[in-house]
Amino acid sequence: MPKDTGIGAAPKRREDVRFLTGTGQYSDDISLVNQASAVFARSNVANGVIKSIDTTAAAAMPGVLAIFTGEDFVEVGGNPAGWLINSRDGEPMKEPKRPVLAHGKVRHVGDAYAAVIAETVEQAKDAVEAIEADIEELPAVINMKDALAGSNYVHDEIETNQCFDWGWIEDNRAATDEAIKNAHHVTTLDLVNNRLVPNAMEPRCSMANYNAAMNEYTLYTTSQNPHLTRLLISAFVLGIPENKLTVIAPDVGGGFGSKIYHYGEEALVLAAAKKLKRPVKWTSDRTEAFLTDAHGRDHVTTIELAMDKEGNFLAFRTETMANVGAYLSNFSTATPTFLHGTLMAGNYTVPLVYVNVKAVFTNTAPVDAYRGAGRPEATYSIERVIDKAAREIGMDPIELRRKNFVKPDQYPFGSAAGLEYDSGNYDALMDKMEDVADLAGFDARRAASEAKGLLRGRGVNAYIEACGIAPSNLVGILGSRVGLYDASTVRVNATGNISVMVGAHSHGQGHETAFPQIVAELLGVDAASVDIVHGDTSKIPFGMGTYGSRSLAVCGSAIVRATEKIIVKAKKIAAHMLEITDSEVEFNDGVFSAVGTNKTVSFGDVALKAYIPHDFPIDAIEPGLEETAFYDPANFTYPSGAYCCEVEVDPETGKVTVERMTAVDDFGNIVNPMIVTGQVHGGLGQGIGQALLENTVYDETGQLLNASYMDYTMPRADDLPFYAVDHSQGTACTHNPLGVKGCGEAGAIGSPPTVVNAVIDALQSGGNNVTHIDMPVSPLNVWTAIQNA
Amino acid sequence: MTKVTMTVNGKAVSGTVEGRTLLTSFLREDLHLTGTHVGCDTSQCGACVVHVNGKAVKSCTMFAIEADGAEVSTIEGQANEDGSLNAIQAAFQEHHGLQCGFCTPGMVMTAASLLKENPKPTVDEVRNHLEGNLCRCTGYHNIIKAIMAASGQDVSAIAAE
Amino acid sequence: MYELEIERPTTVADAVSALGGEAQLLGGGQTLIPTLKQRLADPEKLVSLSGIADMQGISASGDTVEIGGGTIHADVAADGTYAALSELASHIGDPAVRNRGTIGGSIANNDPAACYPAAALGSGATIVTNKREIAADDFFQGLFETALAEGEIVTAVKFPMPQQAKYIKFVQPASRFALVGVFVAKFADGVRVAVTGASNDGVYRWSEAEAALSADFSASALEGLTVSSDDMVTDLHGSAEYRAHLVKVMTARAVNAA
Repeated sequence: MPKDTGIGAAPKRREDVRFLTGTGQYSDDISLVNQASAVFARSNVANGVIKSIDTTAAAAMPGVLAIFTGEDFVEVGGNPAGWLINSRDGEPMKEPKRPVLAHGKVRHVGDAYAAVIAETVEQAKDAVEAIEADIEELPAVINMKDALAGSNYVHDEIETNQCFDWGWIEDNRAATDEAIKNAHHVTTLDLVNNRLVPNAMEPRCSMANYNAAMNEYTLYTTSQNPHLTRLLISAFVLGIPENKLTVIAPDVGGGFGSKIYHYGEEALVLAAAKKLKRPVKWTSDRTEAFLTDAHGRDHVTTIELAMDKEGNFLAFRTETMANVGAYLSNFSTATPTFLHGTLMAGNYTVPLVYVNVKAVFTNTAPVDAYRGAGRPEATYSIERVIDKAAREIGMDPIELRRKNFVKPDQYPFGSAAGLEYDSGNYDALMDKMEDVADLAGFDARRAASEAKGLLRGRGVNAYIEACGIAPSNLVGILGSRVGLYDASTVRVNATGNISVMVGAHSHGQGHETAFPQIVAELLGVDAASVDIVHGDTSKIPFGMGTYGSRSLAVCGSAIVRATEKIIVKAKKIAAHMLEITDSEVEFNDGVFSAVGTNKTVSFGDVALKAYIPHDFPIDAIEPGLEETAFYDPANFTYPSGAYCCEVEVDPETGKVTVERMTAVDDFGNIVNPMIVTGQVHGGLGQGIGQALLENTVYDETGQLLNASYMDYTMPRADDLPFYAVDHSQGTACTHNPLGVKGCGEAGAIGSPPTVVNAVIDALQSGGNNVTHIDMPVSPLNVWTAIQNA
Repeated sequence: MTKVTMTVNGKAVSGTVEGRTLLTSFLREDLHLTGTHVGCDTSQCGACVVHVNGKAVKSCTMFAIEADGAEVSTIEGQANEDGSLNAIQAAFQEHHGLQCGFCTPGMVMTAASLLKENPKPTVDEVRNHLEGNLCRCTGYHNIIKAIMAASGQDVSAIAAE
Repeated sequence: MYELEIERPTTVADAVSALGGEAQLLGGGQTLIPTLKQRLADPEKLVSLSGIADMQGISASGDTVEIGGGTIHADVAADGTYAALSELASHIGDPAVRNRGTIGGSIANNDPAACYPAAALGSGATIVTNKREIAADDFFQGLFETALAEGEIVTAVKFPMPQQAKYIKFVQPASRFALVGVFVAKFADGVRVAVTGASNDGVYRWSEAEAALSADFSASALEGLTVSSDDMVTDLHGSAEYRAHLVKVMTARAVNAA
C-alpha cells in the first residue's frame, strides 16, 4: 500500500494554494523598480524587403528611451535549430539565420523589425506608430505545394523554399514500394493535420535586468526550460557568458510546447536592459501571441496502407509536407521527422514503413512542437487510414487493429520504423476500453439519438508515443545538437528538511507535489518536509526542461539517482554513528539500523550529524548531505492507449457533439494518479479542440485571418464532455528506475483520430457516403461534406 | 488624471488614473493585486474577472473611472478570514480543478457569482456559465466537478480519481 | 489605447451636452473597449451612460415592455416579462459581459451578428431616443449603420409583446455571436421574422417566411421556401450557402419552439 504521501498516493497539490489565492508570481506579475517597457514594431506584410526604417520622429517622442532595429543585431548570432536533419541525398538541411530583429526582409506578419523602449507601454506604442518603415511588399509564400514549385522565396538563398527532403527508413523505400504495388488491398487517404496555435492562457512575457557593477544579467521569462534558453542566448545569440546570465522562469501559465523555445524578445530585453541600465519588460498581448508564438502541426499528408487478403498489414507509406513557417524554431526540424516518422509503425507488427517528409518554408509564423509534437500527426495518419481500410474491406475496426497489434510476448519489439518498444499490452488496453466505454450499450444509444433526429457514431483508436525524451546517444546520431538528459540535486538540510533542485519546469504539471512523493518514498520521510526548487538557473544544477512527457521519466529518474546517492552517503554516516561497517547498515522507512541488533539512528539524526561532523573520520566521510545526479535515459518510453469517442451529429446543421470520450492509457507506474488523470483530461480537451474546433488560417497574402478569440475557436466548457479515464492497465517501463512512461501528451495524441472516426461513422450510419473530413470537423465542414456526398 | 476611490476587498483605496486606465491595470499596477490576470484583448478569456458591486465583470473591459465609488472584490479577497481557502477554492484544490493556475482566479470569481445566483446549478448550467472563461489545461472536467462540489452536490458519479 | 477622457453624466441632458467634437458614447463598453485597446478608434472623450439612472430599468404596460437603453443584458435576462426577449438576452456574450453590456449600446452599434437587433426588428419594436421615436423597420440601415443622428442617444426600446415568439441562434463557434440567428414573433395581425448574422446587409426581415407563417404558423409552412445565398456572408465559419441553409433551419426551429 502506498503511504499517504509516497509513490501512488494522490495528495492534493501544494502549489494550488497560491494560485487559488491570487498570490502566484507569473512573469508579468513581477515588476522591478525603474522598469521600462518594450513594444515591438511588427510587420503587417508577410513577405517584404525592408528598404528603410526611420526612427527619428519616434525617438523624439515623450518617454522614449531607446529604439532598436535589426541593424543593432547584425553583429550577434541567430537563434538556431536544435536538430540537424539531412535530406535523402545526404545534403544538410537549409538553415537560414533567425535574427533577434528582422534585417533586410520581413518574413511573416508579426515579424518584429524594431523595438521601442519607453517609460510606459502606451508611450512605446505611440512611438512604434511613429516609426517610418518603408517595406516593399513581395508576393507571399503560403501554400506549401506552391512554395515547393517556387517562384517566390521566403529566404532569397533558398530557391525551392525546401528546408529538407527526409526519408525514413530510406533503406526500406524500395521494399515498401514493392509491397504496396503487390498488395491485395491498398487504402489511400489524403489528409491535413490542421495548424494550431498553442494558446497557453498566459501570454509570453520577458523582463531583463542588468547589474552593471557585477556585469550580470537576469532574465525573467515565460519558459518551459530556462537552462536551454540560457544556453541558446549564451552560445548562439548574444554571447553573454552562461555564468553571467541567470534565467528565471517563475510561475508559468501553461506552455504546451510554445514556451520551450528561445524567442527574439528575450534577447531584445536583455540588450535593452544593458544599454539603458534599467529593467526592461515586454508582455505579449493575445494578438501578438497568435502572430508570433510557435504554431503546431500543419502537415499535408498522403498515407497508404497495404494489406493482404486477411487484413494483415504489409506496409505504411507516407508522403508529408510539413510547414516550418518563416524561420526554424528550436525543435522545428525534429518534430516532423524523428518525432513523427519513427512512430509510423503505430502499435502494429507491420514489417515495412516508409515516410517521406518535405519541410517547407512559408511566410507564416514558425511552426514547432505543440502538445504531442509529431506523434499526434503520426497517430492521426495511421489511425485514420486504418479506419478507412476497415470500412473498405468490411472488417470491424477493432478487430482489424487487434489482428495487427504487437502482442505482449513480443517485447522488446523492434518496430518497422526503427524504435525498440520495451513494454506494453495493447489488447489489454482495448479490452479495458471496450468495458469502460460500454461498447455493448452503443446500439441502444444510437437508437436513442436517431429518435431525436441525430446521427450517432463511434470511433476507436490505438496509439503509441515515444516519450521521456530522450537518450542522448541515440538523438545525437539522429541529429540533435543537445543532450536530452536531466539533472537533480537533493540537499538534506541539517534540520532534516530537504530541498530538491530539478531541471524540469512545472507550469501546470504539479511537480511541486509529485516529485516530493518520490523522495518521500525512497527516504521514508514525510513528503511535506521535501520542497522542489525549479525554474531558476542560479539555483538548480542543470536541466533540459519540460516537454515531450519527459519530466517524470527523465528528471524523476534523476531525482531517484540523486536520492540513492544520499542513501549511500547517509549509510556511511549512520555506520559511523552506530560504530559498525557500511555494509552492516540497513535502511528502511527512514531508520538506519545495525543488522541483527536493535541499534538504530533516524534519518533526522543522520542529517544533523552530517553537518556537525566533529568526530568524522575526515578521510572517509565528507561533511554535508547533498548529492547531484544527471540521468540520461536508455531508451524512449512508450505510453500507449485505446480510446473511444461517441458523437452525435445534427445532419441539418452539421454540428457535432462529443457525447462520450473514453481514454484507457498505459503510463507504466503511476506516482500521483490525480495529477495523471488531470493531464489526460487536458490532453483530451486539446485533442478534441483540434478535431472539432481549432484551425489557423492564413489568406493568400499571408494575413492570419483568425488572430483572436473572436475567430480562433478555443474549446470552452460547453464544447466538451466529461471524460472516462483509466490507467489500470499499466505495464512498467523496463529501463527507468520508476517504471514510468509519461502522460502529458497522450490525450492530445489519442483523441483527434478517435473523434473524426466517430464522425465518419455517424455520417455513414445516416447513409452519407463520406469517407473523410479534414479537421476541424466543424459544423460548416460537416454540412459541406454531407452536401458533397 | 482623475482621482478614483473605491473599496477593494473591504479596504478603502484611492489612486490617480488616466481616462484610459482599465480597472485591471488599476488593480494590478497601482494596487499590486496581481492575482487578476490578463489573457486576451477581446474580452473573452475571463482571467480578469472580478466582482464590481457584487456582479462578475471583466476588469479588462471596464475603465477604472467607472468603478469609482464601487465595491470591488478580487481573488485576493476570497479566502476565509483566517486565511484558509473558502469553499470554492477548497473544492478546486480537492478536485484538481486547476493546473497552471493562470485562469484560476477568473474561474473562482465566476463560480462565486454563479453560486450566489444559483446555489444548486446543474452540470449544464455550470458549463454554460463558464462560457466566458477559457482554460487550456484541464479540459474543464475537474473545474465543473469542483464547482458542483462547492455547491454541496454529490459529485461521486463524475468520473475521476 | 490612445489617451482619452471620460465623463460620467447622471442625466440624459448632461450626456447630450457632453457630446460634441471627437466625443463618443460609452454604453457597457463590451465592444467599444476592445476596439479602443486595438487602437482602432481615437475618440478624445467618452461620455459614459452607465451613471444615468433614468436609462435603466424595465417596465411593462399592457402589451408593451419598455427597456431603458442603459439596462444591462443580465437584467433583461432575469426579467422574464417578454420571455423570448429575456431568453435571447441570457445568451448574449457570457455572464460577465451581460453584467456590463447594455441594450442601448447593442442596438446603436448594430453589429451584423448581434442578437438584440433581431429581437427589435422581429418584434417591431420602437427605438426611443432623446429626440424622437424610431420604428425598428426604419432604424437598422445596414452593417453598423442606424438612423441615429449625431448626438442622439438610445434612451429606451419599446417592445410590443407578441402572442408567441422565439429566438434561435446558431453560434459562430469562436465568438459565440450569431452565425445565423432568427427571431420569430407571432402577433394577432401577422408574423414577423428577423434574421441576424447572415446577410451582408445586416439584420433583415425574411418577408416570404413572414407571409407563409402568417397564413400557417408551423414549420411545415416553410417547406416550399428557398433562401438565396446571393447576399449572404461568407467567412471562416460559414459559406453563403451554409448561412442561407441555416436561415431556413433556424426559422423552422424557432417556429417549433415558439
